[in-house]
Amino acid sequence: MSDLLPPLDPGTKIDIQSLLDGLENYRPRRHGWTWRTAVPNQKMYEFTYRETSEPLKQSVPLPAAHYFDNIDPQPECVVTTEIASGRPEDDIRRMRMAAWHGADHIMVIRTAGQSHIDGLLEGTPEGVGGIAVTRKQCRLTRRALDLIEDEVGRPINYHSYVSGVAGPEIAVMFAEEGVNGAHQDPQYNVLYRNINMYRSFVDAAVAKHVMAAAGILQIDGAHNANATAVRAWKVMPELLVQHAINCAYSVAVGMPKEQIALSTVPPDAPPAPCMRMDLPYAIALRDLFGEYKMRAQQNTRYMEADGREATVSHVLNLMISRLTSADIQSTITPDEGRNVPWHYNNVAAVNTAKQTLVGMDGLREIVKIDRENPELKSRVREIKERAVLFMEAMLADGGYFAGVEDAYFVDSGEYPETHDDGIARDSQGGVAEGTIVPRAEDYMAPVCHHFGENHLPDGLTHACDLIGGCTLCDDSKVPFIDELDPEDNVNARLAATAEMRERGLIKPEVEWAGDGIVAVTMFLPVSDRVAEAAALELGRSMNLSDCEVINKQVMHPAEGTLIELKGRLDVAIDPGTLVIPEPAEVLTDEEIRDFVHERGLKAVAATVGEDEHSVGMREIIDIKHGGLEKWGLGVTYLGTSVPVEKVLDGAIEHAASIVLISTIITHGDMHRRNMEKLADLAAEKGVRDRLLLIAGGTQVTDELARSWGMDAGFGRKTHGIDVASFVVQTMRERGM
Amino acid sequence: MVRPDTFHEVREHLAGLSDAELEARFWELSNTIVEPLVELARTHTSPSIERSVLMRMGIDSRTCMAVAAECEKRGLLGHGAGHVVLVCMQVWECDAPAAAARLAGGEGWDLVAERFGGAR
Repeated sequence: MSDLLPPLDPGTKIDIQSLLDGLENYRPRRHGWTWRTAVPNQKMYEFTYRETSEPLKQSVPLPAAHYFDNIDPQPECVVTTEIASGRPEDDIRRMRMAAWHGADHIMVIRTAGQSHIDGLLEGTPEGVGGIAVTRKQCRLTRRALDLIEDEVGRPINYHSYVSGVAGPEIAVMFAEEGVNGAHQDPQYNVLYRNINMYRSFVDAAVAKHVMAAAGILQIDGAHNANATAVRAWKVMPELLVQHAINCAYSVAVGMPKEQIALSTVPPDAPPAPCMRMDLPYAIALRDLFGEYKMRAQQNTRYMEADGREATVSHVLNLMISRLTSADIQSTITPDEGRNVPWHYNNVAAVNTAKQTLVGMDGLREIVKIDRENPELKSRVREIKERAVLFMEAMLADGGYFAGVEDAYFVDSGEYPETHDDGIARDSQGGVAEGTIVPRAEDYMAPVCHHFGENHLPDGLTHACDLIGGCTLCDDSKVPFIDELDPEDNVNARLAATAEMRERGLIKPEVEWAGDGIVAVTMFLPVSDRVAEAAALELGRSMNLSDCEVINKQVMHPAEGTLIELKGRLDVAIDPGTLVIPEPAEVLTDEEIRDFVHERGLKAVAATVGEDEHSVGMREIIDIKHGGLEKWGLGVTYLGTSVPVEKVLDGAIEHAASIVLISTIITHGDMHRRNMEKLADLAAEKGVRDRLLLIAGGTQVTDELARSWGMDAGFGRKTHGIDVASFVVQTMRERGM
Repeated sequence: MVRPDTFHEVREHLAGLSDAELEARFWELSNTIVEPLVELARTHTSPSIERSVLMRMGIDSRTCMAVAAECEKRGLLGHGAGHVVLVCMQVWECDAPAAAARLAGGEGWDLVAERFGGAR
């Protein structure tokens, strides 16, 4: 290990300043990509998993995991999260959160416009919709990820983009800085960035060759054709062609197939019958590209502002991954359709993948795709044939460059159908046109891993012997440039928020430290346009500035609209002013058992009122859930929908000193009325002093229950030990 | 060109291929398409490629930019910007970053012109 920073403490925020200190001397401790280690037939809790990997040392499991001994099974495929705050210092905190939920592929989005910068950027300028990818930013990120991967106990891959006009330089910088994965696809430059096609391909060969040497996993850019297509279901043959061109080109310039991943996305989404449309495509792709890796992306083409809709589409995408295959499962945040992704939505997206993949663990063994189904079979074949026809025609028309000039790509027709609306690029045009130069007969590059003609002197065993070693062979030769802009850099930004950090002030945020953004969900019983205007006014009444409606959904044209509103709350809380109740102390098993035995304690329990819920109460009582019976407490369970009078009669009859009532239904304040009635009746009958009255339920809090005459109230996530500890402590205090 | 879906008319020559033969055809076409692209890349260079060579020689990005730009201006990229720096390293008996820094400062271009025959 080359770094001497102390390990992260789960209870302490990551210290960005310590990561910046000495960054000029930091060197990555490994190079290349890391896959997860699959554990076949892994046993966790009461279950056996077929498609999971080694568990994390520390993590946040899914919300329902507390019913399952808090297990957090990790799928066998790498899970990606895309991070794009525009500030590396904020990206890092988000990476840590995402890693704790199961992300091990951190894809850092680049700032808009970096593709067209002919050269490397340096320092840490703020980006738009992503960060400026620089050596310092890569180094800072990789250094942070070293600490984060040690904290969670699994290697984390850091990924960015080798695209644009500076591809070869970025590839070299990534190789030097231990970047683990990168997008590289010259077609992306040509079609979507209008970079000259000759320049793109010439540069790509050198970039790919360097990436191959550094073990950087390559992901292609074909998914962009899906995101741009007018009708995404028509683009499937072309997607196969784009994947094929990048794969064949990469292999030809020296990249091993196992280092090449296809960025594949199920093209469609509901209300289209998308599973039936997209599964044949997924199968055709895996048939043809079986030797390559699959990076399964989620659909962005049909994403709107509704996070629920996006999540359902993504679950369907994950089902295709599970039914076919995915080496990397990428995730798209459910809010990408409405804003630059927010912190917690990275976590939401990672959890959608984890939850769905684990939920469908082993499904492939019992649910198989029927490859002989006539519709599926003919559609798989048809997509492949259409792709072959596409390539035959392109070759007949003069090859790839001629094909791009003729707008073969991103046409809204399904090839051979064309609508003449594809993207056409001029081979004599585009950014950096006219910049490639033929290599002369004495062309020489005295460095390693250089693609193409290179007239090195005879007898040389290693190209860089001529210069006494290159940076790819001798890490000590890698130079470091710090900041070039005295104002637009991480130090200036950290100084602006220093007071908040030093005083530990609490301010809501979604993207950057102290941004103050909050989201408010409200239902307004009016039509959508009126609702939108009203919501903005309500936001201002809530003291929010910069209010914006980020999603609205008509519930009914006249009856109402659901609104999600964001705004800025310029308030910071000093934690020193907060009154935070101490968590209740729990006693040891032995202490409770002795107390219960000594006194022969008994309890009666019931769900009161017209209420048939029994699960929560059984969990508090039953020995198998770690309930009160565990310590020998005799509990008489009277059942559900029991009148309060009967509960009290039962307590007297059984000589119980503890009364447990469960009340889930809160309509008409039923829970309050039942508690008050129980307390009043106990007083009337003269037994209040010798009874502990305890109420539980999902809407119950201790404070409310006490105000309504109970001795205690217990809400969600209560366990038997909490109730038992309360009983013992209270009875001791009161000398009962 | 707008064209209706002629799939069923133009696929006839593929109909007789087995799935394996169709897949083999797919890859044969892919490889044929990229062949001239690879050849173009093998025999050409670009400012970014030459800067990437200088970077691998241990030269910082700003100096890489200056040296490659001057090579481009003087029509020397085709010989290799790294080659240009190497010539000066040998004459000046210094390492690559030092030679590149001097070139970026305007020194040594006469030396380079002498070696490579001057500007285009």
